[in-house]
Parts: sequence; structure tokens; C-alpha cells
Amino acid sequence: MTASPIIEARGLVKLYDQSAGPAVDHVDLTVHAGEIYGFLGPNGAGKTTTLRMLLGLVRPTSGTATVLGEPAGSPSALARTGSMIEGPAFYPYLSGRDNLRVVARLAGVPADRVDPALATVDLTGRGRDRFSAYSLGMKQRLGVAAALLKDPELVVLDEPTNGLDPAGMRDMRALVVELGRQGRTVILSSHLMAEVQEVCDRVAVIADGRIVAESTVEALRGGTSLLVAAHPTDRATDVLRDLDVVDDVRRQGTDLRIDADPRHTASIVRALVMSGVDITQVRRDERQLEDVFFEITGRGNELEEVAS
Amino acid sequence: MNAAHIIDVTRAQLFALVRRPAAWTIVAAMIVLNQVFSFVIPYLSYRSADPSGFDAGATPEELLAGTLPAQIVTNTLGGFPVFAGALALALGALVLGSEYGWRTFKTIVTQRPARLSVLAGQMLAVFTFIAGTVVVLFAMSALTSTVVALSEGESAALPSVGHLAAGYAGGTLVLSTWAGIGAALAIVLRSVALPVGLGIVWALGIENLLSAMARTVLSALEPMRDVLPGVNAGSLVAALTPERIGSSAPGVAETVSGGRAVTTLLAYVVVAAVVAAWCHRRRDVA
Repeated sequence: MTASPIIEARGLVKLYDQSAGPAVDHVDLTVHAGEIYGFLGPNGAGKTTTLRMLLGLVRPTSGTATVLGEPAGSPSALARTGSMIEGPAFYPYLSGRDNLRVVARLAGVPADRVDPALATVDLTGRGRDRFSAYSLGMKQRLGVAAALLKDPELVVLDEPTNGLDPAGMRDMRALVVELGRQGRTVILSSHLMAEVQEVCDRVAVIADGRIVAESTVEALRGGTSLLVAAHPTDRATDVLRDLDVVDDVRRQGTDLRIDADPRHTASIVRALVMSGVDITQVRRDERQLEDVFFEITGRGNELEEVAS
Repeated sequence: MNAAHIIDVTRAQLFALVRRPAAWTIVAAMIVLNQVFSFVIPYLSYRSADPSGFDAGATPEELLAGTLPAQIVTNTLGGFPVFAGALALALGALVLGSEYGWRTFKTIVTQRPARLSVLAGQMLAVFTFIAGTVVVLFAMSALTSTVVALSEGESAALPSVGHLAAGYAGGTLVLSTWAGIGAALAIVLRSVALPVGLGIVWALGIENLLSAMARTVLSALEPMRDVLPGVNAGSLVAALTPERIGSSAPGVAETVSGGRAVTTLLAYVVVAAVVAAWCHRRRDVA
């Protein structure tokens, strides 16, 4: 991964309605080349509006954004960006293949890219069917195929797994990872935290139009803890507090939670055993992005509703 | 605006437009109306015992002469100021307005061309489709009138190339004006149904009402009447069809000169494009 910014946004604000408050409120974003960047937040948080501003669909009320070194929404930036925003939109009376031909002409790319793009999203057999006859999942996949037609450096996908069945969701995530492996920069907007955690290098958490956290997935999840079931507990606590490799020890029910690098697990266990402590269980305890999100936004109930 | 991008958009839009059933339905309606009112009814009147039923005062010979190839400019353009114009308005509104209904504008404007290039390409595609439609209407008129001429033993000679070319250019301008107005209304109102409804009420109702009022009870309305698109379309058609036999088709009248009509219609096309561009450029795309 290089350090060159693919997207730089500073102080983006979008105010649709004075009485409703800003949909996007002073958002700063920096996305580097080759990253798979997650944009995480509940519905209505401002994810799609931010992406729309980056693509020139919506004009910011204030703030600036550059995409691929060009002004957001400029032809030179769009020519190198593939996108699917808030669901696919195509002509219902045309077939999937013909819709991609239209997109190819608009983008000024050769028509011979259409069939490989259909194959990438597994729609070759249904390419002749009308778009209006497609299922929601097929429409979604056609939208991704259209986004890839330009062989883009930057791919912006807004909720790409909406409407997909579990197998389709798995395939879509694999495709996003593959796009990253190919050296493309991907921005993936989602309200599904497991999805973001699985495929993204870095994540921005957005709530009420503001970025409330931005970091790598690992950093957001914090350090890994060890949960140890040991007896006697007091003796174990004393031993652990004397170890240099242990940052902190706390009781959690009948277990001990140890903040330490998991690479030191063997030496920690050895020290406890050598001190006469019985160990019945040792396991790693990793916080999920979901826990982090709830902590940051205090929106557990809201997000559960979204996820259901 | 970028010329190459405009051509890309035009090609894409035409690719979609020629595959759109609704566009061909509009063309079919134009053909049917043209054939029925320019050929079928006059010919049946000529063949019937009472020819005066269709065009009071016209002799059978005049009715037949009105359907022959020499009259194809008159017969093709006769319906343009009113019904074909209204259908062209519907076509323009349909092509641009559907992009809002299907939300395909966002797909189009995130490919590469800038918004003004997109709009220019779309308008160019509509005008190209209109130009092709006028060719089809002339061809159908030529075919039918030739069949009539051969079956009646009359001359199948066509008008001069110059007259045909002028008729074709004038007809394309008339329909392009209405289509441009329909497209601009669709962009301003961001829909299909409302611009089609408003446009047709205007083209078929309000213009006729204003013209009638200016002619009969309120002559102060004449300056306003003289800049109406339908009145100028009718004046252009009247100027292009001096050879017409019998009474003129509805809406065809020499209210203003042909030159002034051309200027006014071109101005409508420009104003429609500017209004559409202004809205298209400054608005957010949903």
C-alpha cells in the first residue's frame, strides 16, 4: 500500500433542509491507494450522501474533495472511478447485456469488456434477459459489473450486498477482496459490521453525519485480551502482575482478563504453572467491530433494527 | 463540454432509444394519424358518392390530386403543427423524464461525461431520432401516394429535390422544437407525466384558444399569438406548402412569415436547451 491519497475530503457539509440539520457535517476523509476502506454507519447516517458528493452527484454545501487528484465529480476523476450508489439503476426494457453496452458507450470503453464484466458477476447466462425481470440480487450484481466496466482505479460500492442471498454475499465479499488484491482502491459502504470487518483495511464510522472514528479495523477493535480460568485466582493475579509482558489484569466473573500480546501466551501460561497455579482454560478474546460501534455511537438498538 | 463525450452520450442514448417500445409507439401513432388524415379519408371521400363530406367544396378531382406524390410535402407536414408536434413533445418528455423515474441519471452522470455534455448528447439523440422519424413519415407518404397514383392512373412524379429538402428540414425543425420543449419540461419538472400533460394541454388547447381569441375578440393578443410555438410551426408549414389543394390542415396558417417562423422556432430550441442546461447543471442528482 502506498501513501498517496486517492480521496481527500476536508470539511464536507451537506445541508438539504435548513430545518433538518446537516446530512453530512464537516466530514474529513483520506483514502490511500490500494486500500479497502469501509464506511460504516446506520441508515441515514450520511454514508450515501458523502459518497454522492465524492462522485459529483450532490454538491457540497461547503468543504472540498478531490478524487484521484482531480476535483470530485470531474470527468477525469469519473473516468477512473467505477461506482454503484444506492442500488443499481438501469433501463428496465433493455437486457442486462444491452444496459452494459449503454454504460460502455457512456464511459467511452470498448464493448468487448461487457461479456467479461457479466462473467465476473456470474450473469453470463442471464445477460439477454430484461433488467426488469432480474431479481434484486441480479440487479445488484449487474450494478457491480457496470462499476467494473471502466477497469477503474477506484471502486465505490454502496451497500453492494443488499438483496443478495448468503452465497451471493460471500461471493460479493470475495470479489471486493479480489479487487483490493488487484491493486484497486475500494470504498465499501455498509451497515453490516461483519462485512466491513471481514474485508476492509480501514474503517470510518459515521453517525449523524459526522465521522466519529476512523482507523484500521485492528486498531478500532483494540488490543487482544486473554481470558484465563485459573485457581487460585488471587495467586494467579499476583503472578501475572509481576510479568513484564502483561499490561493489565482484571477479574471478569470467575476468569481473569489479561491485556497482553497473544504472542506471549506460552510464557504467561508457563509462569502460572511454575507458580503452582492450576489452569483450566486459556482463550483469546477479540472485540468485534460491532462492540466498538455500539461503544462509539451508543446506537445498539438502532443498528439491530437496521440489521434485522 | 467535450465533443467526444457528447458523441459518446448520443450513441449510448440512441442505442437505448431505438430499443425502446414507447418510442416506436409514438412513431407508429404519427404514421397512422398521417396516413389516415392525409390519404385514407381523402381517398375514401373521393371514392364515395359524396366527396364533400371530407372537405366541403372540394371536387373529386381535387381530393384525388391532394393524395398524389406531388403533394407529399403538404400531406406529410400537414399534421406537424398539431398532432405530430404534441407527439414529439411527448417523445422529448419521455426520453429525458424517464431518466428521473428510473433514476438512470445517476448511472449516466457517474460514467465520465460532464453534466452539460450528458444533456447535449441526450438532446442530440432526441433530435437525431426526430430527424429519422421525419424520413420515415416522408417515405410512408411517398409510398402511399405512389400506390394511389398508380392505381388511379395518375402522375407519380415527386416534387423537386429542393422542395423535398426544404420540407424535410422544416418538418424536422417543427418536431425538434416540440421535442425540445418536452425535454426541457421533463428536466424542469423531473418527471414524464406532468410535462406530457401540461405540454399537450398547451399544444392542443391553450394555443388554439389564444389564437382564436386574438383573431376574433381581442386583437391585442396578436403579438403574443405570433410568438407561440404552434402558430410559428403552422406558419412555417404553410410557407413550405404553397402547392396545397383545398383547405389547410388544422394549425396550418400563414400567420407570420416563413423566415420569422424559422427564427422563432430556433429560438424555442435554444431557450429549451438553456433552461434544461441551467436546471441540469445546478441540481443534485437523486
